[in-house]
Amino acid sequence: MSAVASPVLGGLGPAPADAYLSVRDLQVHFPTDDGLVRSVDGLSFDLARGKTLGIVGESGSGKSVTSLSIMGLHAKGTATIGGSIRLDGEELVGASSEHVRALRGKKMAMIFQDPLSAMHPFYTVGHQIIEAYRIHNKVSTKAAREHAIDMLARVGIPQAAQRVDDYPHQFSGGMRQRAMIAMALSCDPDLLIADEPTTALDVTVQAQILDLIRDLQRDFNAAVIIITHDLGVVAELADDILVMYAGRGVEYASATEVFEAPQHPYAWGLLASMPRMDRVRAERLRPIPGQPPSLIQVPPGCPFHPRCPYAATVGSACRTVRPPFALDTSGHYLACHLPPADRAQVWETEIKAML
Amino acid sequence: MSTSTTPDTGSDLLVVRDLTKHFPIRKGLLQRQVGAVQAVDDVTFSVRRGETLSLVGESGCGKTTTGRMITRLIEPTGGQVLLDGRDITHLSAGKLRPLRRDVQMIFQDPYGSLNPRHTVGTIVGTPYRLQKIATPNGVKRAVQDTLELVGLSPEHYNRYPHEFSGGQRQRIGIARALALKPKLIVADEPVSALDVSIQAQVINLLEDLQSELGLTYVMIAHDLSVVRHVSDRVAVMYLGKVVELTDRDALYERPMHPYTIALLSAVPIPDTKRRTDRDQIRLTGDVPSPVNPPPGCRFSTRCWKAQEVCRTDVPPLVDLTPGHQVACHFPENVDAVTTTVV
Ligand SMILES: Nc1ncnc2c1ncn2[C@@H]1O[C@H](COP(=O)(O)OP(=O)(O)OP(=O)(O)O)[C@@H](O)[C@H]1O
Ligand SMILES: Nc1ncnc2c1ncn2[C@@H]1O[C@H](COP(=O)(O)OP(=O)(O)O)[C@@H](O)[C@H]1O
Ligand code: SF4
Ligand code: SF4
Ligand SMILES: [Mg+2]
Ligand SMILES: [Mg+2]
Repeated sequence: MSAVASPVLGGLGPAPADAYLSVRDLQVHFPTDDGLVRSVDGLSFDLARGKTLGIVGESGSGKSVTSLSIMGLHAKGTATIGGSIRLDGEELVGASSEHVRALRGKKMAMIFQDPLSAMHPFYTVGHQIIEAYRIHNKVSTKAAREHAIDMLARVGIPQAAQRVDDYPHQFSGGMRQRAMIAMALSCDPDLLIADEPTTALDVTVQAQILDLIRDLQRDFNAAVIIITHDLGVVAELADDILVMYAGRGVEYASATEVFEAPQHPYAWGLLASMPRMDRVRAERLRPIPGQPPSLIQVPPGCPFHPRCPYAATVGSACRTVRPPFALDTSGHYLACHLPPADRAQVWETEIKAML
Repeated sequence: MSTSTTPDTGSDLLVVRDLTKHFPIRKGLLQRQVGAVQAVDDVTFSVRRGETLSLVGESGCGKTTTGRMITRLIEPTGGQVLLDGRDITHLSAGKLRPLRRDVQMIFQDPYGSLNPRHTVGTIVGTPYRLQKIATPNGVKRAVQDTLELVGLSPEHYNRYPHEFSGGQRQRIGIARALALKPKLIVADEPVSALDVSIQAQVINLLEDLQSELGLTYVMIAHDLSVVRHVSDRVAVMYLGKVVELTDRDALYERPMHPYTIALLSAVPIPDTKRRTDRDQIRLTGDVPSPVNPPPGCRFSTRCWKAQEVCRTDVPPLVDLTPGHQVACHFPENVDAVTTTVV
């Protein structure tokens, strides 16, 4: 990768040879009556097969809009999409919707936060998996049904041979989530996007689902994107982490680096604000002051500046100049004006002991 | 059936004894009762003045139902609720009014629990008007003072809920609950709809208010990291029953009930180094339906330690060590000095 920030490549250099998915300077804007919503504004990342990318950020930071853009699922005419999304070497931005639809299922599949929105209430669970499978595989209904039962059993649905004929509402929340995963995985997708796959679930069921995603990735060598606001979940699964704020990437590095040596003030704030079961109990939590910005009126300069304790030390740049997303001396991609020496000092003296 | 532990009422603000709620299931033209959702079954605990007791457990285990019985928003099927030593279980509507001052509820959903057509001033001021409370400087002033107390600005008085963020709406809900200076607040998932950075703001606020105003909290939550931070004691519920109840540190350092152990070990830890070295317990299957809970121990269908007796005899909630109550035939960590699960 090139260490020189290029605005065209959104800070990252050309895609590495092993990238299965490569996103560069992605822009997704929605014109609305209240103004232009800049849901995603210059996002870049790469993902190879067999690897998992965790995307974290507060609600409204553009995570779901990003995943729907990759899947080509924004309703026609609602979003203006710019930049580049390359899947297996093929450009998706500007591709016809028929073409992108044909890629869904086999080349890419998605697990949604709310399984009811992804499953049709009037068809049995089995019917839906069979249909999804038959789009990409020329097999008899009988063979497809066998496959559906097999998939349901794999995701831990008890008595799959009987439950295959149940309707979605006859499943519990956890079972529906598993059935949707079975549907998403029925064609062995090369890229699996899991958007908050466990947010609505209890922790014991969440643990089962995360195991499942891990196992299936190992078996099929899929590229996986896991989107969540739960830092514990990404720590369990992700190889790399992209931290988003206000529709932009603010920090991008390996999971170990982001958890052990985070560099961006927003990442510091996120990690410091959550209560942690694996640490001595803190007497008091350290919230990030203020609240996330509106994406219609994104603060000028660095969108985090109204909440950032270090904006004052940097000076006016934080309020006026958008920090480029670029490779930092730490080896992380960062969007922040703090000079590397100051950043290192703040990290060593203030933050490290706190996390 | 009664549990073997009888809470004393001296230092306790709230005592709940054998509290039960069965929601009838009716069918057919005659609406004959064909069964019942056993949402809460024989729950007994007490809450000391000034402490925070948390109710934790998975979706549907009866936390909200317990909270709504304590605040008398729903009528218990059986058992007792004592506030300050007084039995309030079956108070009539008229006698309930003074109670409503003492016990308030904060709701999970900061969007759904505020009337969108009312201003903040009306929402927070309504309790004063309903209760006909004398406010020396007028209701408006009292409301504005309360808004400041929860970190909102007095200028927010004339604004509507949709003009606020999730965290601010939760503050409005807290202001409404505080208006009448209650003794006890039942907070049902007060931060679970909020982002982490905002969640920390609201948790700190609740803690500050507790120490400034001497409040007692019953906190309902499912996030075990949040629960550890806010609680003095914790009651773990499973399918309508309390299965373990003890001090925060004892619960997190020496859990005894297999369900608690499984629950704690399922929490994802935000530390990439811990991926491999953790001894995790994976439960299989889902929580059974509360319409037909398993006989004996309700956890027996998912418990890796279950024996024959577990499927036939209900394990009573008993003190295994002083102040540590567990309902299990084969508890863990009973003689252990300290072992940590996470
Ligand atoms: N009005 C009602 N009629 C019938 N069943 C009910 C009613 N209210 C609650 N239940 C049932 O009682 C059980 C306990 O519900 P409750 O709302 O107390 O759960 P909870 O522990 O608060 O769960 P969650 O974490 O999802 O909020 C559930 O099975 C629920 O479906
Ligand atoms: N179809 C749409 N029209 C207008 N705004 C939208 C649309 N979809 C999403 N947004 C806005 O885009 C922003 C990012 O949303 P989203 O990606 O769903 O956030 P999250 O990070 O929580 O998944 C939000 O401000 C949201 O309101
Ligand atoms: S650019 Fe400035 S405001 Fe933004 S995170 Fe860095 S120091 Fe803070
Ligand atoms: S009583 Fe038996 S089934 Fe229930 S938790 Fe204890 S060991 Fe498990
Ligand atoms: Mg989302
Ligand atoms: Mg509830």
